[in-house]
Amino acid sequence: MPENPALALPRPSAAGNLLRHARYVLAGNPVTAFSFLLLLFLLGCALLGPSLVPHDPQASNALRALQAPSAQHLFGTDQLGRDILSRVVVATRLDLGIAFFSVALVFAVGGLAGVAAGFFGGWTDRIVGRLADTIMAFPLFVLAMGVVAALGNTVTNIVIATAVVNFPLYARIARGEALVRRNAGYVQAARLTGNGELRILLTTILPNILPIMAVQMSLTMGYAILNAAGLSFIGLGVRPPTPEWGIMVAEGASFIVSGEWWVALFPGLALMLAVFCFNLLGDGLRDIVDPQRRT
Amino acid sequence: MLRVALSRLGTAVPSLIGVVVVTFLLTRVLPGDTATYFAGPVASAEAIAQIRAQLGLDQTLPVQFGRYVADLARGDLGTSLGTGQPVLHEIATRLPASAELTLSGLLLAALAAVPLGILAALRQGSWVDHLCRVVTTAGVSLPVFFTGLLAVYVFYFLLGWAPSPVGRLDAFATAPPAVTNFLLIDSLLAGDTETFLAALSQIALPALTLALFALAPLARITRASMLAALDSEFIRTARASGLNRRTIVLTYAFRNAMLPVVTTLGMVFSFLLGANVLVEKVFAWPGIGSYAVEALIASDFAPVQGFVLTMAVLYIALNLAIDLLYGLIDPRAKEG
Repeated sequence: MPENPALALPRPSAAGNLLRHARYVLAGNPVTAFSFLLLLFLLGCALLGPSLVPHDPQASNALRALQAPSAQHLFGTDQLGRDILSRVVVATRLDLGIAFFSVALVFAVGGLAGVAAGFFGGWTDRIVGRLADTIMAFPLFVLAMGVVAALGNTVTNIVIATAVVNFPLYARIARGEALVRRNAGYVQAARLTGNGELRILLTTILPNILPIMAVQMSLTMGYAILNAAGLSFIGLGVRPPTPEWGIMVAEGASFIVSGEWWVALFPGLALMLAVFCFNLLGDGLRDIVDPQRRT
Repeated sequence: MLRVALSRLGTAVPSLIGVVVVTFLLTRVLPGDTATYFAGPVASAEAIAQIRAQLGLDQTLPVQFGRYVADLARGDLGTSLGTGQPVLHEIATRLPASAELTLSGLLLAALAAVPLGILAALRQGSWVDHLCRVVTTAGVSLPVFFTGLLAVYVFYFLLGWAPSPVGRLDAFATAPPAVTNFLLIDSLLAGDTETFLAALSQIALPALTLALFALAPLARITRASMLAALDSEFIRTARASGLNRRTIVLTYAFRNAMLPVVTTLGMVFSFLLGANVLVEKVFAWPGIGSYAVEALIASDFAPVQGFVLTMAVLYIALNLAIDLLYGLIDPRAKEG
């Protein structure tokens, strides 16, 4: 780089810097900008969807069963004559909700456990490490099935199961980040000014790790959506007639062989779009927050 | 080499213990009283108490754990409530179907992903590179059960190339004499081409579905590690020494780039074992995944427990195999 204009300018605030960097990255990376728009669209569906949809997602009508997409029913109707477009839109809230709460749960539990393991070391580290290793010894989706089977077949337990299988990932990342910071200059300064270890952990280390963990949240949201949809596809958690993408694909599966493709296609596409959005967003966020790990 | 193998075996033991403890704990957190559940809705209090004693549920947790481990050691995984069959027997008869499907998927994925990743790394920015990117993005975003259904619609309903997506062999074909219980291998051993083709046409779609899913991480890591290897100093030296391109790429870069790929293979296998459950449901494949799903829906816990345990043991065994393979590929790892 021949010259850096930022050197000549007065040093901007950290937040302003990040914002400028975000704008710079977004301008140079239209894909990330697109994924932001997609996210806004999904959030719009989740928040406003139920009041915007053209039909009642639960209203069945035997006379209109299994109709192909038309002007009146853009995505067609299912075996009970329910409007698939309305059901797909309304399901957004539940699908994103399950994924979001499971990621938030593992972010809190796994993140804290990992930070503590990296910062304190010793037996805390050994316990957290052993726990993470044990979870990693299972194929993750299989363990999630086992957890739901054991805890009971409810939506809450799908959230918990998805959080459990993500625990090792979060714990490891948080541990690694805490480990490199445990004796950083600012931590020693905090220690020198008389802060207790727990206080340092919560007020000094944790805020520094949050941005990296936030990227991880976005990257695992996609996986969490897939995991939850997979569980409901095999009949766990969400029960019909509740609209949910995984279960709608499962319901449509029996009509695929007789050619009624729209019943499974549209919820499947919605699922794909959501996962795609969070994966792109995660990659883009990483470029903004953690430029060194750019691939 | 033997000593290395033994020490690797030693590292698998803690994982195995962890798996046994977790599968045990999973049964103990079952909501509600297991004995009441086993006894059925009309059982009297004495009957429930009797069943509780029979199941050992009146004992302390460590004693129950001891019984569980002893049962496992005798190969007793309990009895399915739904079918009345011992779980071990059911899993043993269904495992070959799952293994054949998963391994075919993994093999297809590796055969496609490694050349794709290498070509993408060699010709950065070319159409191969873009294809690689599209495939890897699609592979991680597409739910595997959805890909399977799309494949059924296109290849069975629209084109009519694939047979009806039900099971391993259609009703008119006769199963070959069981040797390995892998239909593809058994039919070839028996010299029965007709059955082989029938089995192949049944397994093609589910295996391709799994392969597309496993392709993404493998192609991605192959491309990345190939790029890293090609960029390194020993490749520069090899080039400067005037070695031909073929030797440089295949002998020097490829062998070094394989290490991260083999490591990723373990992770991919974990995903595949999970995805296998979904694919088995889509294609009505008579493997242990569909067995576990049926049991899960019926709240029949012993098969689920046996299934989780079997899958975890398989996964640990595969990771062990990968560790050993690592030693063969990387001479430095032998000492480790």
